[in-house]
Amino acid sequence: MSRRFMPLAATLAVLIAGTLFCALQFPNFASTRVLGNLLTDNAFVGIAAVGMTFVILSGGIDLSVGSVIAFTTVFLAVAIEQLGIPPFLAFALVLAIAGLFGAAMGALIHWFRLPPFIVTLAGMFLARGASFLLTTDSIPVNHPLYGELGDVAIRMAGGGRLSLVAMVMLAVFAAGMVLAHLTRFGANVYAIGGNRVSAELMGVPIARTTVGIYMLSSTLAGLAGIVFSLYTSAGYSLAATGVELDTIAAVVIGGTLLTGGQGYVFGTFIGILIQGLIQTYITFDGTLSSWWTKIAVGVLLFAFIVLQRVLILGWSARPATVARV
Amino acid sequence: MTGPADTPPLLRIEGLVKRFPGVLALDHVDFTLRAGEVHGLLGENGAGKSTLIKTLTGVHPRDAGTIRMDGAEIAPRDVADAQRLRIGTVYQEVNLLPNLSVAQNLFLGREPMRFGFVDGRAMRRAAREIMRGYGLDLDPATPLGQFSVAVQQIVAIARAVDLSARVLILDEPTASLDAQEVAQLFATMRLLKARGIGIVFITHFLDQVYAVCDRITVLRNGRLVGERAIADLPRLELVSMMLGRELAEEERQTARAAPPSGGPPLVAFKGYGRRGYLEPFDLEIRAGEVVGVAGLLGSGRTETAKLAFGAERAGTGAVAVAGTAARLRSPRDAARLGFGYCPEDRKTEGIVGELSVRENIVLALQARRGWLAPLPRREQDEIVARFVRLLDIRAADTERPIQTLSGGNQQKALLARWLATEPRFLILDEPTRGIDVGAHAEIIRLINRLRANGLALMVISSELEEIVAYSRRVVVLRDRRHVAELDGEVSVERIMTAIAASA
Repeated sequence: MSRRFMPLAATLAVLIAGTLFCALQFPNFASTRVLGNLLTDNAFVGIAAVGMTFVILSGGIDLSVGSVIAFTTVFLAVAIEQLGIPPFLAFALVLAIAGLFGAAMGALIHWFRLPPFIVTLAGMFLARGASFLLTTDSIPVNHPLYGELGDVAIRMAGGGRLSLVAMVMLAVFAAGMVLAHLTRFGANVYAIGGNRVSAELMGVPIARTTVGIYMLSSTLAGLAGIVFSLYTSAGYSLAATGVELDTIAAVVIGGTLLTGGQGYVFGTFIGILIQGLIQTYITFDGTLSSWWTKIAVGVLLFAFIVLQRVLILGWSARPATVARV
Repeated sequence: MTGPADTPPLLRIEGLVKRFPGVLALDHVDFTLRAGEVHGLLGENGAGKSTLIKTLTGVHPRDAGTIRMDGAEIAPRDVADAQRLRIGTVYQEVNLLPNLSVAQNLFLGREPMRFGFVDGRAMRRAAREIMRGYGLDLDPATPLGQFSVAVQQIVAIARAVDLSARVLILDEPTASLDAQEVAQLFATMRLLKARGIGIVFITHFLDQVYAVCDRITVLRNGRLVGERAIADLPRLELVSMMLGRELAEEERQTARAAPPSGGPPLVAFKGYGRRGYLEPFDLEIRAGEVVGVAGLLGSGRTETAKLAFGAERAGTGAVAVAGTAARLRSPRDAARLGFGYCPEDRKTEGIVGELSVRENIVLALQARRGWLAPLPRREQDEIVARFVRLLDIRAADTERPIQTLSGGNQQKALLARWLATEPRFLILDEPTRGIDVGAHAEIIRLINRLRANGLALMVISSELEEIVAYSRRVVVLRDRRHVAELDGEVSVERIMTAIAASA
């Protein structure tokens, strides 16, 4: 097996081993019902994590994701409940706002040569502050469309429900994989993450790509916010705190290098599933505190970062073989 | 073998002039490249090789002169524009992306598309074909970083050529390759030559020049020295073209001192070296003696200095100071032993540009005392005043940042930094590089004075006449190895002969 796929294989192995462990311990675990719930519960994190994958692949980071999700839920609640804007129009508006917000961050990062960490940290405060500006209350959304959308689901064999939000997440992951591996934009993201200067010398449009990456991340965070709004039927400015860190964790556990240039969108999907698996285990167990999720994720993160380091050192030691013709 | 002489030249540069503030980097340089030839572009540091390449590829705008390709005048605005004009450049450090596959590297920005998506299969198939054309059968889906530097280098060349290059510039492509990899690269160059591509090859390895070049052009100090066919050019003549001999008469006064008295040498290196960095060498330096270090660029001169100062750790060998074994594992050890070192690259390794002249001068002395025992300001001022007078450092105000001084004065301030520590052994790497003629003569007089005062000195210089002017012995390096130690009547001719002797 190619060494490139080792982090991905390790992640997959962890997922399979974890699932087997849970299935052996809890007889009801291996069911489509559990799977459906797991996908639904993690849909918004997963959608945001796809955007984060592109950001990290390009060697950057986006800390504003959680705040953008919160802003989106508050914006939707205020727009739909207090201003009476039709939900679909509100969805389109908030996606446009999020997209512009991300583009602005990307532009700052590119043209002012600012570190993404600082720019998106500012973005994080800004978006969170903006949602407080709209309202400090938790506003429930009672629009009938929310109920209707919540009922949309595919019934799976064994009684599980594949909800609309889960389907949206799966679609986003599929689209993310196509974007990463089958388009010039994707190739350019990997190129910038590999070496920005070289990429520029090779003719990669750095400006357009950088702006595009952060725009993509924020837009997907906006979409994650819509999903979160549908999932909770409420808008609250303190929602989704720390979600950006969960997405970063999922990306890294999924085998993407934090330094950029290497990784897979599919890996992020596995990373999300592993996090969901841990949560589900704790729910099933019933006696464990939910903080054990954080501890388990922390341990996994350490393990994967070390694994990546070891693999990289191994790479530089053994050059690939070439046959002379 | 020379290229066809009767065809019109592929590339013709005439009267190229490039000025940088205060420097005439290219002074009416002519350069001719024919289709199907490998043309070596040679010269020591500061000769203008890279300026010529950068002006040719539009990185720097030119101040005068014409560039013609197939007789038509061209004016590339940047590297990409040069690429469009079919001039490709491959730099020493491979400028590709190690994290992407070979195929992606070859096709980045021009991927074959199918139904709006990148056609990975077609891309890999084409990549495999291209690399086969260079005699390499490799899996194009493998990340480039997993291949050796030589293969990466060839992929870089393949990309440049595949973007339809007719002129291929290789800027020191062999610097980090081993012998077998160099052979592989040369095979590639011959292949491209046969396809009628004109190759400009920059290197400072003489053996490689003779192995692969058809013609050479030598630059020195921004001026054209000459263009020659390699077949009828003796090595000695080539070396003398590169090094030149144009030191002013006044600096040639060979006031060589009588051999210093007996007793153990002040510093003695035995079997000192490190694998892959510098072959082990033996060297003894006595008090009151200057040992010159000569060799072409990249031959291991600076490496010798860094090992001798502990800036790089030796893998083998021992060093004795005044007859007793000494520990030399870091510059701190060296300073404790009474060694001083003025590096070649003043700007990045010597001066601290933002600090004042005074702070720069007391830096080494203060470091030796330790930071807990600050040098009183009055003492600092005394030291600075003494050296400013002694070395004639022209600074309007010693409290101003040192970067505001001229090169010669910066050099003298650096020298003052080490002299303030009252060293016994001083290593100077290219002390006269980049300073004007007047300051040049002064530095040489100063070296002679320091020697007369009983200091042991090791001086590295690419100006042989200068080395002859102050050295009693000269160590000659070639290919990271001490190949000769000249004693007694040292002359420029003897040094050149030692440098040029084929390995």
